[in-house]
Amino acid sequence: MSILVDQSTKLCVSGITGREGTFHSLRNREYGTDVVAGVTPGKGGQDVEGIPVFNTFAEAVGDTGANTAMIFVPPRFAADSILEAEDAGIELIICITEGIPAHDELRVYNTLRKNGRARLIGPNCPGILSPGKANVGIIPAAFFREGNVGVVSRSGTLTYQIGNVLAQRGFGNSSIVGIGGDPVPGTDFIEVIGMFEEDPETELIVMCGEIGGDAEERAADFIAENVSKPVVAYIAGFTAPPGKTMGHAGAIVSGSQGTARAKAEALEARGVRVGRTPTQVAEQAVSLLGAAA
Amino acid sequence: MDLLEYQGKQLFARHAVPVPDGRLAVSIEEAMDAADDIGYPCVVKAQVQIGGRGKAGGIKLAKDRDEVGEHAEAILGMDIRGLTVHELWIEEASEIAAEYYASVIFDRSAKAPLLMLSTKGGMDIEEVADEDPDAIARLHVDPLLGLQDFHGRRLAFEAGVDADVVRPVGQMLAKLYEVFTAEEATLVEVNPLIVTPSAEDGGSRGVRALDAKVTLDENAMFRHTDNAQLRDISGEDPQERMAKERGLTFVKLDGDIGILGNGAGLVMSTLDVVAEAGGSPANFLDAGGGSKADAITNAVEVILSNPKVKAVLFNIFGGITRCDEVARGLIEAFNQISPQVPFVVRLDGTNDKEGRQLLAEANLPNVFTESTMDDAARKVVELANSASPTEADS
Repeated sequence: MSILVDQSTKLCVSGITGREGTFHSLRNREYGTDVVAGVTPGKGGQDVEGIPVFNTFAEAVGDTGANTAMIFVPPRFAADSILEAEDAGIELIICITEGIPAHDELRVYNTLRKNGRARLIGPNCPGILSPGKANVGIIPAAFFREGNVGVVSRSGTLTYQIGNVLAQRGFGNSSIVGIGGDPVPGTDFIEVIGMFEEDPETELIVMCGEIGGDAEERAADFIAENVSKPVVAYIAGFTAPPGKTMGHAGAIVSGSQGTARAKAEALEARGVRVGRTPTQVAEQAVSLLGAAA
Repeated sequence: MDLLEYQGKQLFARHAVPVPDGRLAVSIEEAMDAADDIGYPCVVKAQVQIGGRGKAGGIKLAKDRDEVGEHAEAILGMDIRGLTVHELWIEEASEIAAEYYASVIFDRSAKAPLLMLSTKGGMDIEEVADEDPDAIARLHVDPLLGLQDFHGRRLAFEAGVDADVVRPVGQMLAKLYEVFTAEEATLVEVNPLIVTPSAEDGGSRGVRALDAKVTLDENAMFRHTDNAQLRDISGEDPQERMAKERGLTFVKLDGDIGILGNGAGLVMSTLDVVAEAGGSPANFLDAGGGSKADAITNAVEVILSNPKVKAVLFNIFGGITRCDEVARGLIEAFNQISPQVPFVVRLDGTNDKEGRQLLAEANLPNVFTESTMDDAARKVVELANSASPTEADS
């Protein structure tokens, strides 16, 4: 098992004819993901290495039965593309695009929540990889293999770093979910951790947080009340100064809010182990899994 | 992007939020002329993006032209908590019957705009929130519905504003919400929002925004090209500006170890690991996914433009980024600027072997390669600590 993406995923890529869109769509297909369609307005009827391109999501879904969308269009078009995918009946929308205006994200988030039909992962995320099954996004799949560790993260490269250390110790992943570094993620830690709790293949959960907001604190409460599987956490940004955006739009300490220390303490107070370095996190995960085996 | 007070008030005026009449001045002469234009008494206000201007002596009341000149002379060039005053806002003095607080903030936890109103204005709102949280009335607005008139009234009644100004305060909130959405702000704050003592047209007293704190969303600037020009370059660090011009994500820090990595999370984590190893990072620099050689060369120049830097750490985990490209960029940087400080390079991930091979063949002076993040951090701290003191230390 795995969560969110697997062999039943039928992917439609918005922005498939762009340079990055083409590159990653083909990489995802090469990995084994069923990439059934692409959408680029005005380029309907063309194809990208055999993947049919449609003018609209409605056509793409009607013709191919796509159930998952990946958004690869520039930030000013991304909100519209997400809403179009949802309108066409796509149930899972994964938005890679970085730099979407905050008010667009608010509108999209609240519209999707109100309609209750689709789940959004991202924006500003590396996507989802279920090793051995499907890869939707830009996660370099070569570093990961099938296994029992579920990873959920606000950061892409940090996830690769931790996944790589785990792989070196012989452990693989059920799924790796990048929820993105923006202030309004479509899906939060809590929802993904809840899915890993339900997933029989996942035996341990690694969550990678960072400064800004209170998603990690809320996850700590959720874990204490609802999660029976062991959780190991990492928080990036202990040395980040207040008031500075550390790369990700959402990674900012505002006054005393959103510090790494407060997040680590909230998690530790509820029994979640927090590693101080990515290597420590991987080692804690290894020792917990070793003990369970 | 944070706006200066006068820029915020100019945005307010565009949306009919009542503000006192004012003029911008950058010299003593201009300040006196502006004051003559507005009339006396007037207020001379330092324009810097930091709180506590009044306490620092950056806001002064003047009763005539000479006093405006004296205050302008004192305030221009003044240092307020590290920021130099280059601009003055000359504003008509307001009579104050009561001081309130109003704000619209982007509440990322609730994923909705949060409107706040309090009759305890004029002081630090975080203190009010700590000491007397009930003194702040709060309301989340459904961004799909927008702010309705009843929301404003409800908040005004809940905050306990004087009955005769419930309507004008409600109207002010509606206009502030309009500023928030129309200009795509992430913060609109008025402290104090004042009630003026004399009755105005409708028989009720009037309200005005006496201060303005506005943060605009940088990602939305393509829709607000006029606002994009409001950027306050004088308040920016020159090194941060240089990085921005080269399209790099850079934050200056206090230490002496230059940092370059790919991906915001990994760079933040690198800072932490270096600190954990006893070092002190000089910057945050995310070269981004898929960095090509010239981006790396650019980044090295930005990092080394800080004279405090004694050693540099490259921490690359290649996903989209290819380690051989990073190595090529570093080699090119050495060709162009021959750095005088040691570099520690950790390359892992896509094409890491090729990258390490390139570095080995180039045989750059003072470049050390490590295979793990932790070892690389320890090595760079050791090198920085053993480096001879730089000029910046003395």
